[in-house]
Amino acid sequence: MRNRRRTTELLTHIPLIVLGVCFALPFFWLISTSLKPDAEIFRIPPVWIPHPIRWSNYPRAMHYIPFALYTWNTLRICLFCVIGTTLSCSLVAYSLARLKWRWRNWIFYSLLATMLLPGQVTMIPTFIIFKWLGWIGTPLPLIIPSFFGNAFSIFLLRQFFMTLPQELSDAARMDGCSDWGIYWRILMPLSKPALATVGLFTFIGSWNDFLGPLLYLNDERTYTLSLGLQMFVGQHGAEWAMLMAASTVMTLPIVILFFFTQKTFIQGIAMTGMKG
Amino acid sequence: MPSHRRNSAEWVGILFSLPWIIGFAVFIAYPILASLYFSFCSYDAIRPPHWVGWRNYVELFTQDDVFWKSLSNTLYMIVFGLPLMLASSLGLAMLLNQKVKGIALYRTLFYLPSITPVVASSILWMWILNPDIGLINIVLSRFGVAHPPGWLTDPAWAKPALILMSLWSAGGGMVIYLAALQDVPDTLYEAASLDGAGAWHKFLHVTLPMISPVILFNVIIGLIGFFQYFTQAYIMTNGGPEDSTNFYALHLFNRAFLDFQMGAASAMAWILFLVTLLAALVVFKTSARWVYYAGEK
Repeated sequence: MRNRRRTTELLTHIPLIVLGVCFALPFFWLISTSLKPDAEIFRIPPVWIPHPIRWSNYPRAMHYIPFALYTWNTLRICLFCVIGTTLSCSLVAYSLARLKWRWRNWIFYSLLATMLLPGQVTMIPTFIIFKWLGWIGTPLPLIIPSFFGNAFSIFLLRQFFMTLPQELSDAARMDGCSDWGIYWRILMPLSKPALATVGLFTFIGSWNDFLGPLLYLNDERTYTLSLGLQMFVGQHGAEWAMLMAASTVMTLPIVILFFFTQKTFIQGIAMTGMKG
Repeated sequence: MPSHRRNSAEWVGILFSLPWIIGFAVFIAYPILASLYFSFCSYDAIRPPHWVGWRNYVELFTQDDVFWKSLSNTLYMIVFGLPLMLASSLGLAMLLNQKVKGIALYRTLFYLPSITPVVASSILWMWILNPDIGLINIVLSRFGVAHPPGWLTDPAWAKPALILMSLWSAGGGMVIYLAALQDVPDTLYEAASLDGAGAWHKFLHVTLPMISPVILFNVIIGLIGFFQYFTQAYIMTNGGPEDSTNFYALHLFNRAFLDFQMGAASAMAWILFLVTLLAALVVFKTSARWVYYAGEK
């Protein structure tokens, strides 16, 4: 009996290990290449562990593109988007989950319909709007829309608000608390995990976004990491060690963020698939 | 806040929803209508649009060869990429939904590629898919493949290469499946065992029906994602070789922001809108037959 259990455990481990290696290899190759001296990059058979390890590829890559500036540009957009999204989406989610009013269902349908809408349909007129406002070349087109909510985050927060007991609001209302008070002083503090999830997804979405910066940022001084890195490919196409170093540096914050917030992540994702 | 709450309930609701109401009007509703109007205009974003009737649509259908090519490229990704993607993410989730040691580690490993910045992963995969010294062909030749494919340099292999790369990020769908799998009550499996069901029958008659709402969710999300497939192609191949990776969204972007034919690009956007809608509708309609909602008769 015990032997049999051990065999089945082994049998489930084998595919996991094989797939684990497949998923890990690209990351390994990324880091390995980023640390190789130029002579080892094109060598066949390949060098798995670089020798000597050339750390200087990293400072070299960051010297070629203004890494600090791009990181700051990206970070600034991310932070504003996180603030804008959590604030606006929680407000709207409150009205959908906690208030009974006539147009509520229509607002909810507009959210669902928006999720199915390809971004390409709104891309050109939106570009024209921002051009008309004179915002092309500034990060504003990437920041301002987040203050008007997005369907996915509103939906997620609505789902969470609906799980909080209605008695909380009723009791507060008896004590003369306004809707703003219920939202700001009762629901928001209780919703930290859901807000953190929305904040995280927003941060990662902005950090990774490519099409937005490509459309709106035409001044090199305002480039984000995504855009800067893509330009780097065009200019230094064959400098693979530096390209890999730059890619590693851009990925690292996301990996670190993920490791520190795994629980929030997993809870949030479980909520994504939640129906209703 | 006013105390005559019942009368003002309507206004409070509107007030709280105001960000979305404004955002929807400015960034969704107006752009949808404007792009419909532009699609019947000749428009370069500098001079005012002027009405040309159906000309953009007619020219797309009859004169723009790349239009059909890009549409078929995108459909290729949906027909081959989407099912592979769905199956892989479900497969990974089933593997993780077992009580063995080290699951958290595997889960992290499988999930990380899907949150890796697209630009970084695209650059990495350009290197991995390099025909001469890329990781994949090194591994293939080590396993005795004499003439490994040229991947992104070969029109026949470029799309499979991109699909392979997208499978690396199947972890995004996986975690959603995993959450659903963990919600399937054990009692159902026990009951099935008592009825003499084997592993395959349990999968077919317990697991699949129970997680079918989440499958529907992933099908829709995946469908929308592949219809808008853009960034990887823009960075890695810019549509080549021989337009084999010139996807619909990429061609649309180039017509709009390279050729400044905003009218034709808007027509393309509306065609995409209608095709996406139609595909989603078909999925939703047929889903009545295969999606099972617990608690519903």
